[in-house]
Amino acid sequence: MRRKAAAFLKPVAESAVAVLLGLLGGALLMAMYGYDAFAAYRALFMGSFADLSGFLETLAFATPLILTALTFAVGVRAGLFNIGAEGQMYLGAIGAVIVGGAMSLPPGIHLAAATLFGMLLGAAWSLPVSALKVERKVHEVVSTIMLNWMAYWLVMYLITYHFAQPGRAERAIPAQPTARYMVIGASLTTVIIVAIAFTLLTYFIIWRTTAGYELRIVGYNPDAAKYAGISSTKATFLSFLIGGLAAGLAGASQVLGRPPSWTVYATMGNLVNMGFEGIGVSLIGRNHPIGIIFAAIFYGGLLHGGRFMEFEVGVASELVRAINGIIIIALAIPEILSMLRRVFRRRRGEE
Amino acid sequence: MKPLLRRLLWLLVGAAALAAISYTLTFFGLRPVKLIETGLLAMTPLALAAVGECLNERAGVINIGIEGIFLLTAVIGVYWAEVMGAGIYGILMGGVFGAVLGGFLGVLSTYGKADQIIAGMGLNVLALGLVQYLLMAIWAFPGIHIFPRELVLLRITFPTPLGNLRLSPVTIAAIVITFLGQLLLYKTLLGLRIRAAGEKPEAVDVAGINVNHLRVMTSALGGFLAGLGGAFMPLAWFGGLVKEISAGRGFIALAAVVFSGLDPMLALAASFIFGFAEGLAFSIVVTPGVKEVIPFHFVQMTPYLVTIIILAVFLTGKRFPKALGRPYIRE
Repeated sequence: MRRKAAAFLKPVAESAVAVLLGLLGGALLMAMYGYDAFAAYRALFMGSFADLSGFLETLAFATPLILTALTFAVGVRAGLFNIGAEGQMYLGAIGAVIVGGAMSLPPGIHLAAATLFGMLLGAAWSLPVSALKVERKVHEVVSTIMLNWMAYWLVMYLITYHFAQPGRAERAIPAQPTARYMVIGASLTTVIIVAIAFTLLTYFIIWRTTAGYELRIVGYNPDAAKYAGISSTKATFLSFLIGGLAAGLAGASQVLGRPPSWTVYATMGNLVNMGFEGIGVSLIGRNHPIGIIFAAIFYGGLLHGGRFMEFEVGVASELVRAINGIIIIALAIPEILSMLRRVFRRRRGEE
Repeated sequence: MKPLLRRLLWLLVGAAALAAISYTLTFFGLRPVKLIETGLLAMTPLALAAVGECLNERAGVINIGIEGIFLLTAVIGVYWAEVMGAGIYGILMGGVFGAVLGGFLGVLSTYGKADQIIAGMGLNVLALGLVQYLLMAIWAFPGIHIFPRELVLLRITFPTPLGNLRLSPVTIAAIVITFLGQLLLYKTLLGLRIRAAGEKPEAVDVAGINVNHLRVMTSALGGFLAGLGGAFMPLAWFGGLVKEISAGRGFIALAAVVFSGLDPMLALAASFIFGFAEGLAFSIVVTPGVKEVIPFHFVQMTPYLVTIIILAVFLTGKRFPKALGRPYIRE
């Protein structure tokens, strides 16, 4: 029982330490350029967690992050470093625009079709990565980044030439009323329920099915998997498939479930970087579906609160992304807890 | 030696194909010399970073944070060039700052026993946000900064039969550095130690050389070269700074490294091919008659597509150091 508690507490403590280091690093960066870090963080956390509408907005920011983080986490579980959520998410968003905005279907079916089409496009964009990995041993770090950039220009092209809203060139066609998730409050919609359901389903697949078990074995010990006759090809494809579906849903959620725009801006400003932010969220959540949900709410709070920080103290809200980077670096060090403990013990010894 | 010969042969075929492409393009009013100029400019940051990465991967440390180093050193380089009033100081500062970042990752990878892929990705994510923050904090303008023209490094003109070829001195330096890197790796004692640190770190340790010192040093050197490349982009090529200035080039450099099998000369060749693809894309975008037919979005995709295709076609039988990506723990 005690061991079980320790196995749960240690990763939580490690994430907490990494988050604190990230916030500390952010504070140092602010101090360097003469901003009031204390006031900035107060504005940030008051804005995102102190009242209901702020918290609902935080959840709205968290929704796509849960999914892009899931993409990364399922990759890690299969021993892959899938950083292609960014591009797959763009495809998911344009898929939602194509079916949800440019087509007319009966209510109910419309929403489901638009969501599914977005997810399928996301998964389709991940297929070349697994094919290249399995057939030609091309490392997924390089191929996913190349595909991310190709997705960026492809979606830019589609928005500019084929799916621009007539008369309003600054954005693509918005989702029609029949293809919108219901608004709960602020800009949070019921799409968050779909996101969490997808996350739980993924948890079930990875931890409660044979295919998921094999996927984890391949990630945990490829040699043992080979010895046991488990196909790493299957695990790779399954991992990228689930990841692509998740990222596609993340993109679709920003079109079908995010007022006030209900679409993609021509600059793609409401999508860009969400895939990369998922990496940090996944690591803070220890690459576990349940951990990811909490990590996404925390990081969604940073993103939402960043706007208050910018408004009240003048700090560019992008600093939040730098903080995310510091958190990721801190989480890369496996023995950060024991290292810190050693440092403190040494200091105490000197006194 | 045989696979090396075969690779060189393929490269020759590639070069011939590129020559044929340039020749065809003359009919559309494109000048081959201009094309090669742009190709060499695009090659420079890729080659610098790729050669550096070859060195630190040989020693056993992967740095996938090149993209982040590119972004950050581009900003720091421009800032320092403005402070000192000359572009060359900015480029050198980019190198110094890149060495700090590379060395930092090296320390994490050795003494910190960090997961090198995650740490490198952390640096990339950090840079994505920090660049935008710095643009606001330093110049109080979001996403873009244009600096005085005088800071852009002058190019050297070489007369050729096809017209004047204008090369950046940094490009020439990059080619020289590649040769020096090759010599260092294969003809010096230090190079032997570097290669051994990646293959069999125990042997280096037994010989009385500190593996971790060696790895941190090569990581800093790799970072230095990537930093030169990062500062090169605004100060010797684009003449301006935007928040996504590196546009995935850090990863294209990684692709060049993988292609080369950690051989600096081949990394240079791969960088040239990727750079040429990019130069071609740039040239096509502005060519009358072409730009109306093909949307520039598709042209922008070509460097990435070329990178994937080249990797998929040529990536066979590459052998990477045994201890690559693993911290050395003395038993």
